Amino acid sequence: MSPLLEVKNLRIELTTRDGVAPVIDDLSFTLNPGETMSFVGESGCGKSMTALALMGLLPEKVGRVAAGNIIFDGEDLSQASDERLRAIRGNEISMIFQEPMTSLNPVFTIGEQIAEVLRAHQGLSRKAAWAQSIELLNAVRIPNAKSRVSDYPFQMSGGQRQRAMIAMALACQPKILIADEPTTALDVTVQAQIFDLLTDLRKQTGAAIILITHDMGAVAEMAERMIVMYAGRKAELGPVDQIIEHPRHPYTKGLIECVPHIQSDPSLERHDLVEVPGIVPSLREFGKDQCLFASRCAYLTEACLASRPTEKLFANGQSADCWHAEGL
Amino acid sequence: MTRPVIHEEETPEAQHPFTEAWGMFRKNKSAVAALGLLALITFGAIFGPYLYPTDPFEMVWMPFSPPGQEGFLLGTDYLGRDLLAMIINGAKVSLMIGLSAAVMTVFIGVTVGALAGFYRGIVEEVLMRITEFFQVLPTLLFSMVLVALFGASLPMITFAIGIVSWTAVARITRSEFLRIRELEYVMASRASGASNLNLMFGVILPNALPPIIVQSALMVGSAILFEAGLSFLGLTDPNVVSWGQIIGSNRQYILDAGYTVTIPGVAIFVTVLAISLVGDGLNDALNPKLRQR
Repeated sequence: MSPLLEVKNLRIELTTRDGVAPVIDDLSFTLNPGETMSFVGESGCGKSMTALALMGLLPEKVGRVAAGNIIFDGEDLSQASDERLRAIRGNEISMIFQEPMTSLNPVFTIGEQIAEVLRAHQGLSRKAAWAQSIELLNAVRIPNAKSRVSDYPFQMSGGQRQRAMIAMALACQPKILIADEPTTALDVTVQAQIFDLLTDLRKQTGAAIILITHDMGAVAEMAERMIVMYAGRKAELGPVDQIIEHPRHPYTKGLIECVPHIQSDPSLERHDLVEVPGIVPSLREFGKDQCLFASRCAYLTEACLASRPTEKLFANGQSADCWHAEGL
Repeated sequence: MTRPVIHEEETPEAQHPFTEAWGMFRKNKSAVAALGLLALITFGAIFGPYLYPTDPFEMVWMPFSPPGQEGFLLGTDYLGRDLLAMIINGAKVSLMIGLSAAVMTVFIGVTVGALAGFYRGIVEEVLMRITEFFQVLPTLLFSMVLVALFGASLPMITFAIGIVSWTAVARITRSEFLRIRELEYVMASRASGASNLNLMFGVILPNALPPIIVQSALMVGSAILFEAGLSFLGLTDPNVVSWGQIIGSNRQYILDAGYTVTIPGVAIFVTVLAISLVGDGLNDALNPKLRQR
């Protein structure tokens, strides 16, 4: 099976006051049709930047794809024209955002906003698009969709708005759905419902999902594979169960250890909850030829400061960018 | 696995924005009164000439007949023309110029402000420098020059007023665009494939409208004043009556027959005041910063 999306040696540069910083540095991964892949990492590690780059929505004049390719369905998106990207956005690749409270336009009804996407990409008539909007709201399990379709966003709760966002994102049956921390702003019970909904919709539509999150629990539940990002670089990549079972990068290890309830067997002895000391380096540090995690790492040796770690592949499909990956 | 039961989430009680705005507007009693008055003036301007069909240019009586004494409610002017007929017919011209100058102002201002605020960079630099150029022009002088050069027809006067007053609208529109373009729903629209044109006028502009509406309501008032100023100076179409023109042509007799300038002056004052009060009420209703919940 050929991959749906192949990112090869992607490098994204942001122009800051202190010069040019590579916020994504030599990132490669593939996404298969219908697969859920999760991006994990602290804030400022480049997860959202990756998502924006896939959509061709890097901040204008500040960010650019400096090197590498984003190959979607055989087409290189990093070279595609604005017009082509516009046709792809919302149609073949769509995105839902973190804040359902602010990511819907307050002056239009939910139905108008969903219908707008359908009309723009699928050329549906006003009437057909409206009927389709009701269908979609039904599909995301908004009760009484027929009357809620003419509600304004402020008439809905946070969970309902996020469902409406999902309905809008799935309107054109995209091949990839990028969910950028879709539940961070919602309370816990609603979070579970949203993840449940995403899982079901993936089964129905066959869309691949890129899930960006801090929530290791969500990753374990939703995703088949995960990428751990640190300071714009890939730290670790592989099947979720393998990584959680045996992380090969000290950063992944730290992230997993600081989640209180990830143990599969509750009868096992619980160890103390730990934190990953320190913070993500500033953009100025990005791109240095050394391990960027070194300052926070318990396994620090001279090799870590001497050069950037290379990728170590393991037989189970896991790979980690750490000099000590085998030893962990 | 059984799917967890989805509880119907509570719907937050909120009013439709329009209902809410009207509720706020209604609280401002003077604005409501002013709106009523404005409706009355508009009615008079549209239907007055049919209800009181005296020709405003016809000399119907002796000059300087004081109001209410010789059968003329508002008296006659220095040529013996019926002042009431002139006021009624002048209302149409004043309101029309006020409205069309405001429309022109909004059209230019919104276009310039939207382009500058949306595209930023070089587009913004150029457009805002042009805006500043028009801002520093002495407005009355510039429009006088335009009218004097190209003739004092109503469209030209409207144009002359519009061309010197659009800058405020442009600046407001630009600042709203600068704020709104960074909001998440604009990014979300972009992510669903909206074109730039659609983003500008379909997504951002509807959200930027409240302050623009307020400003353009006030613009109608200031355009009426501007027109009065121009026609007071004689820069007006001599074939139509306007309030400013009545004042202008009677100004020599201000000491002998004060009412000939007072009456049109009061008409202008009342109309502009009413428009300002309505604008104020709109501001209360639409400006989120003033809204007390």
